[in-house]
Amino acid sequence: MKVRHFLARERLQSLLDRLVEAGYEVIGPRVRDHAILFEPLSAVEQLPVGIIDDQAPGRYRLERTDSGRVFDWATGPQAIKPLTFAPRETLWRSERQPDGRLVFREQPPEAQPTAVIGVRACDLAALAIHDRHFLHDAHPDPHYRERRQNLFLVAVNCMRSAATCFCTATGDGPRAQHGFDLALSELDDGFVVEAHTQEGQAILDTLETTLASHDQLEQVEAGVERATRQQTRGLPDTSLPEMLQAAVDHPHWQSLNDRCLTCGNCTAVCPTCFCQTHVDELSLDGQTASHGRQWGSCFDPDHSYIHGTVIRAERPQRYRQWLTHKFGTWVEQYGRSGCVGCGRCIAWCPVGIDVTEELEALSKAPDGEDTP
Amino acid sequence: MATATRRPRIAVHKFSSCDGCQLAFLNLGEPLLALAETVDILHFAEAGPVDEEAEVEIAFVEGSVATSQDAARLRGIRQRSRYLVTIGACATAGGIQALRNLHDADEWVSGVYAQPEHIDLLADSTPIAESVKVDLELWGCPVSGEQVLGATKSLLAGHLPRVDHSAVCMECKRQQAVCVMVAKGQPCMGPVTSTGCGAICPRWQRDCYACYGPAVQANVSALASHLADTGMPAGDIARRLLFINGHAEPFRSEGLDWQARVITRQGGEEEQG
Repeated sequence: MKVRHFLARERLQSLLDRLVEAGYEVIGPRVRDHAILFEPLSAVEQLPVGIIDDQAPGRYRLERTDSGRVFDWATGPQAIKPLTFAPRETLWRSERQPDGRLVFREQPPEAQPTAVIGVRACDLAALAIHDRHFLHDAHPDPHYRERRQNLFLVAVNCMRSAATCFCTATGDGPRAQHGFDLALSELDDGFVVEAHTQEGQAILDTLETTLASHDQLEQVEAGVERATRQQTRGLPDTSLPEMLQAAVDHPHWQSLNDRCLTCGNCTAVCPTCFCQTHVDELSLDGQTASHGRQWGSCFDPDHSYIHGTVIRAERPQRYRQWLTHKFGTWVEQYGRSGCVGCGRCIAWCPVGIDVTEELEALSKAPDGEDTP
Repeated sequence: MATATRRPRIAVHKFSSCDGCQLAFLNLGEPLLALAETVDILHFAEAGPVDEEAEVEIAFVEGSVATSQDAARLRGIRQRSRYLVTIGACATAGGIQALRNLHDADEWVSGVYAQPEHIDLLADSTPIAESVKVDLELWGCPVSGEQVLGATKSLLAGHLPRVDHSAVCMECKRQQAVCVMVAKGQPCMGPVTSTGCGAICPRWQRDCYACYGPAVQANVSALASHLADTGMPAGDIARRLLFINGHAEPFRSEGLDWQARVITRQGGEEEQG
């Protein structure tokens, strides 16, 4: 069993300071524009003290409480994804030479050592999926790899779930299981800290801590247990890949036509969605060009445009594509479902479409009976 | 067609509009100087050069067709231009002045002007594409410098520019703007509006009002129903739709549909049902 330490609340600043001294840019949760966003952080006073999130389908509100805790919110609209898979970046540039030849130059990302404080179990599970997607086999994505290798991750075990959370159903939380350097569990007077990597241990060794007491560890267990109990959403108790394959012609898909805006918000906030679209930009004289990529979405009409035809022209087809990939064919592709139960797609859908409800409806036979 | 010895020529024409889209060129800054060195700007009254009869590779057209002379002038421009590009909501969708299409324009003119017989006005304000063939439509109220410059670069290279067909929402997310609809309950039009603006309004914490026109296959009825479910009166929903791009479908049909749900009683608006 890992040795667990206790960092008094008044010493939290020293963690930020040690990370800065170790050469990291520190990114952490801050309140901006009525949401929790991961932004550069230098002082603990910038953390969301006493802030909790009230989430529901299509709704996200922050509330202030009397608590002195800084990690009692569950999720913001994004966490790690924009830091590793840039929303928009240039991949290469090309220049026409005087003799007419084209010369291509890579545009390496400007990655620097970055410590992210406050990532959740769901975020780490999503990152592991992205690692599998972007770093697989002989051709890893160099831009992703560069940023990924520069990450130092300070996880926070959830002591509170939002109403949209369902990580217990996907098996990814609320306790951070892997893929982090340090993990914090927040109590009223401080943090139980554990290191999971040498880099994490090196930082932990510089902090003034005590050994966590039995009582403190019990409080952590109780907190994680509370977060687990608070989750009310779940997934149908069936093999989702098989269920979705059987439901390909289910009449329920058609109901999405009247509800889904095909705006792509669900895919943009999903920490595992990785679709991208590529864009070239010419200079005015036509002698140089830059080739960039940006976040794309399977809800975008261009996404299925092949040989002059939009293959998934109808809204229900696009929603079906997203849902069957996320919960069905993803398993075949990556060995697990693409959903980590963070609930972002539920809260950040402008009209509040709830994946857990859609899956439930699709798992029933059209007449309301369970499918055999 | 441009040859090796002649620089490409462009013209910027104005019809019924506020001139704001022409400012997209003038506000380009340094790229404007580069543009002036790359092309010959033969007609651009707001900037100086005037030669409306000039033959050009690219004619940018601002404004809608609103008077009886407009259609004939437009046909001439079309004949003398290789590419005709509309810039902005007026030229592309009829503009704010197309609100009169939903009413009796003559009555409005009589109400506003002391001597309405001097006002030459077509009953409808219409997009350029309803009169002549348009090669490229740039939406926006106003268009951005990036759009007009991007279109110029592509057309000079011999191809139409790639137009992002996604909704404003995708651009909000790329720019890490927090959704004002979900986080603040604002009636944002972003989910049904075409991107291209750079998500300016949501980035400044206000709701999109659809100045870039409907997104491809926008589900306007679903958004409108959601706004109604969350307490927006039908009249307000109609006004959200019948606005800058109110002549463009599906905003027009949906807007009229919601307008029809409003009944006026003794000067006050009331919701039906």
